[in-house]
Amino acid sequence: MLKYILKRFAWMILTIWVIITLTFFLMHSIPGDPLDVGDSGGSAAASENLRAYYNLDQPLPVQYFSYIKNIVTLDFGPSMTSRSSTVNDMISSGFPASLQLGIASLVFSVISGVALGVLAALRHNKMIDYITMIVAVIGISIPNFIQSMLFINYIGANFDFFPVARWGTWRHVILPALALSSGPMAIIARLTRSNMLEVLTQDYIRTAKAKGLSARKIVVKHALRNALLPVVTIMGALTASVLTGSFVIERIFAIPGIGQYFVNSISNRDYPMIMATTVIYSSILVFMMFLVDIIYGIIDPRIKLHTKED
Amino acid sequence: MTEKLLEVKNLAVSFSAQGGEVQAVRGVSFHVSKGETIAVVGESGCGKSVTAQSIMRLIPEPPGKIKGGSIHFNGRDLAALSEKEMQKIRGKEIGMIFQDPMTSLNPTLTVGDQITEGLLTHQDISKADAEKEAVDLLRLVGFADPEARLKLYPHQFSGGMRQRIVIAMALVCKPSLIIADEPTTALDVTIQAQIMELFKEIQEKTGVAIILITHDLGVVAQAADRINVMYAGEIIESGTVKEIFYDTQHPYTQGLLASVPRLDGDRSKPLIPIYGSPPDLYSPPAGCAFAQRCEYAMEVCSKYAPPVTYLSGQHQTMCWLQDERAAGMRGPKVTIK
Repeated sequence: MLKYILKRFAWMILTIWVIITLTFFLMHSIPGDPLDVGDSGGSAAASENLRAYYNLDQPLPVQYFSYIKNIVTLDFGPSMTSRSSTVNDMISSGFPASLQLGIASLVFSVISGVALGVLAALRHNKMIDYITMIVAVIGISIPNFIQSMLFINYIGANFDFFPVARWGTWRHVILPALALSSGPMAIIARLTRSNMLEVLTQDYIRTAKAKGLSARKIVVKHALRNALLPVVTIMGALTASVLTGSFVIERIFAIPGIGQYFVNSISNRDYPMIMATTVIYSSILVFMMFLVDIIYGIIDPRIKLHTKED
Repeated sequence: MTEKLLEVKNLAVSFSAQGGEVQAVRGVSFHVSKGETIAVVGESGCGKSVTAQSIMRLIPEPPGKIKGGSIHFNGRDLAALSEKEMQKIRGKEIGMIFQDPMTSLNPTLTVGDQITEGLLTHQDISKADAEKEAVDLLRLVGFADPEARLKLYPHQFSGGMRQRIVIAMALVCKPSLIIADEPTTALDVTIQAQIMELFKEIQEKTGVAIILITHDLGVVAQAADRINVMYAGEIIESGTVKEIFYDTQHPYTQGLLASVPRLDGDRSKPLIPIYGSPPDLYSPPAGCAFAQRCEYAMEVCSKYAPPVTYLSGQHQTMCWLQDERAAGMRGPKVTIK
């Protein structure tokens, strides 16, 4: 087991390195650079100084190796859009808010998604099933910025309990988390429902029934576990995208998260910030995939983690 | 031996489907005495599994429905019990064994967990005691090192071993009746023999009654005390093994026996099949369901349902040939196109 984890860890590092390298060269292959965006009236000398400050006067391979050297020490370098702060400062000030929001919406979407999916499957082709699936379709098809607006307009504006913007207490989390989680919740609900329906027709469910188990025990102990495997599969990618914040939601609710950097860094050609967001996103994604594989082995003993490589 | 444990009377089960209702079981009556083994034999789709699952009330309702009849077990009518009351009987008083041991165990739970959960559900017993019982049971069904097996998962066992586990599971609450629905169909022939041997052994040790559902007459011949032959949702002949095998009265039973390949027979001769196929149970025929395929069919057969004729001993059959006006099976055969 330990050997497996170490091996997977080495692969994770390798994957992230490949992503960094690809992103670095692709980013630099776009014509122009951050400092010649239009004519901002700056002098040529100032431009030269800035170039030197950001290391842009060096040949590309040199820039690359110095970047890799910095990133090993988790130094993402100075930001190009904010003169006073480094990328590290900006990330560490924004990440907690995004993380809180992300975790809240993740927890909410998993719990409600699984619950709705199970309920729909157990009441297959009945009223609850239809209602649940309509809710799920709404969750997927109405963009979350429109949902945000509706929440702000009808809930936030009428009940002082729910602040409509800014960040601070747990009450600030509720509306944006709700808006952010509706999509994932809908996906999880639909997936859980279809898997549950399939699992409930399996022979071992009939065996469990023949043992005299109650319907609740059959669902919780025998069906749910088998039905959740595909849900776990999508959780990896879902978690990475939810945890890294949402540009739109954070913008609407004026949350100081890192979602904005993902978008702004590209239009600003903020090289260090593009790299930083890429590294963070891919690290979380790769780590979640690893976690998913471990959880697989726990849920389904037929899936073996240690392959016969040695 | 003579006390009746289970008595099924005029059981009728239907499934509603698009375009009508499939009458899967059409008035089946039989009984099981304490400690005996009875067999229900018939081809696929004749309603034997539905009968078995109806006793346990495991047919999905809807679309299935018990349309009539009674299932008396230890003084109660199972057909009239609520789902809650039924849960107390399933697994505790009646155990069930299913056809395919590869799919009837939950792949994500340990074998020990699956064996003990019946005990933990029905009895006030500690987990450690339940595991002790499971160990004893696994030893009874033929495992040499039962303690180690408890922690394993179903995929770590072969098909025959899994069926032994399923049998142990069914026995865990010491039920007085076991319904085995095609318990050997999915297994190799050598394993089949071992499993049937195991049933015999268990019966000797525990005195449990067994309903054996199968289409394999070879299995029946060595294991059962009495046989019920089912066709198109009805029991068309029943009796002791001797009566059915050596004094066959129904043409369908005769056809079944003739179609079994024999080791000592002449191999150059082709097997004798029963021509045709069973009737559509959406709209069962008014007369005898077998009339269309019967070599001895008379005019009356396709018009009126044959009455049950009681022969000597336990033997009974539903066939017009038994009528005193008919010539019996000694009469001329009708050629079937």
